[in-house]
Amino acid sequence: MNFQAIQGEGWLLTKAEQLINWGRSRSPWPFPYGTACCGIELMCALASGYDMARFGAERVAFTPRQCDVLIEAGTITKKMVPVLKRIYAQMAEPKWVIAVGACACTGGVFRTYSTQQGIGSIIPVDIYIPGCPPRPEGILYALLKLIDKIEADHPLYKNRQKVIEALEANK
Amino acid sequence: MSLEQRIKDCLGADVVEITEFRGDVCVEIPKSRVIEAMTLLKEKAGFDFLSDVIGVDNMDLYAKAKKAKKKKKDEEEEEPKKEGPPPPRFDVIYLLLSLSRDERVQVKVRVPEDDMDVPSVTGLWKAATWPEREAFDMYGFNFTGHPNLRRLLMWDEFEDHPLRKDYPLEGKGEERHLNYDTV
Repeated sequence: MNFQAIQGEGWLLTKAEQLINWGRSRSPWPFPYGTACCGIELMCALASGYDMARFGAERVAFTPRQCDVLIEAGTITKKMVPVLKRIYAQMAEPKWVIAVGACACTGGVFRTYSTQQGIGSIIPVDIYIPGCPPRPEGILYALLKLIDKIEADHPLYKNRQKVIEALEANK
Repeated sequence: MSLEQRIKDCLGADVVEITEFRGDVCVEIPKSRVIEAMTLLKEKAGFDFLSDVIGVDNMDLYAKAKKAKKKKKDEEEEEPKKEGPPPPRFDVIYLLLSLSRDERVQVKVRVPEDDMDVPSVTGLWKAATWPEREAFDMYGFNFTGHPNLRRLLMWDEFEDHPLRKDYPLEGKGEERHLNYDTV
């Protein structure tokens, strides 16, 4: 965050957008959705050896209402698709999704009747991590990439056109 | 006495065919006598533990055998044999274990495609409920007398039986939809 501190009265000058992005990017609380072996690598990335909390993923939320990043680690069967959709819908905005591993990205080796061929066709995915499974470093790298993405975001004028239309409609 | 002989003595006329391959005994019994034969095996022969119930689809096997036979026929120009009824397409295989004697036996039942009813053995072994549900889900056997014959692996609205050989590997584009308002 770029800011200018002014001495004396305790003034701090920055942009509201940068302040919001600073807060969001430094607390991407994950929702661990581990459905297969990638979940083990995710646990490893969260544990003390790799310590994902260093990058602000401090608290693993086991409820979709209190998290920002859905980390989908593992195979999604077609039977699970409505569950994943619902969990994504329950998350509060702003929300991001990381697809961990070959199965979550494309279905992996399971090109069968029972496996969803990638979660990108069900919910919007921000970061794809290849690998079967990816190493914990890969998951940390994806989180850093996601932080970069959040910092480049424009939360205030993302829906600007919609807001203007709504205001004009209410006049 | 060998295990093969003891099973023969125990089941008597119910044995259609009994084979042994490298110490594994496989006995085939008629579909109409499943409950009686299984009761005998459980109570007289001491097979008190049901490990699993498996389905088999022999469609490709029979198609291949038929083709080879036809080829042979063309070459040798034999007189055409009278075609019997087609062999039963499916097998149900019960894996039994005797815990006291540490012996195993496979019990095979042949099931034709047009009559998928198989008597359920849940009355003898409660452990059969889930394997039979799985076999129903994957092959479509109708286990008569099963207390709760629903799909086990696929979702309830799924219509096909995916381990049948004529079901495509990548499916027919089924998708699961849930209406949470009514559930």
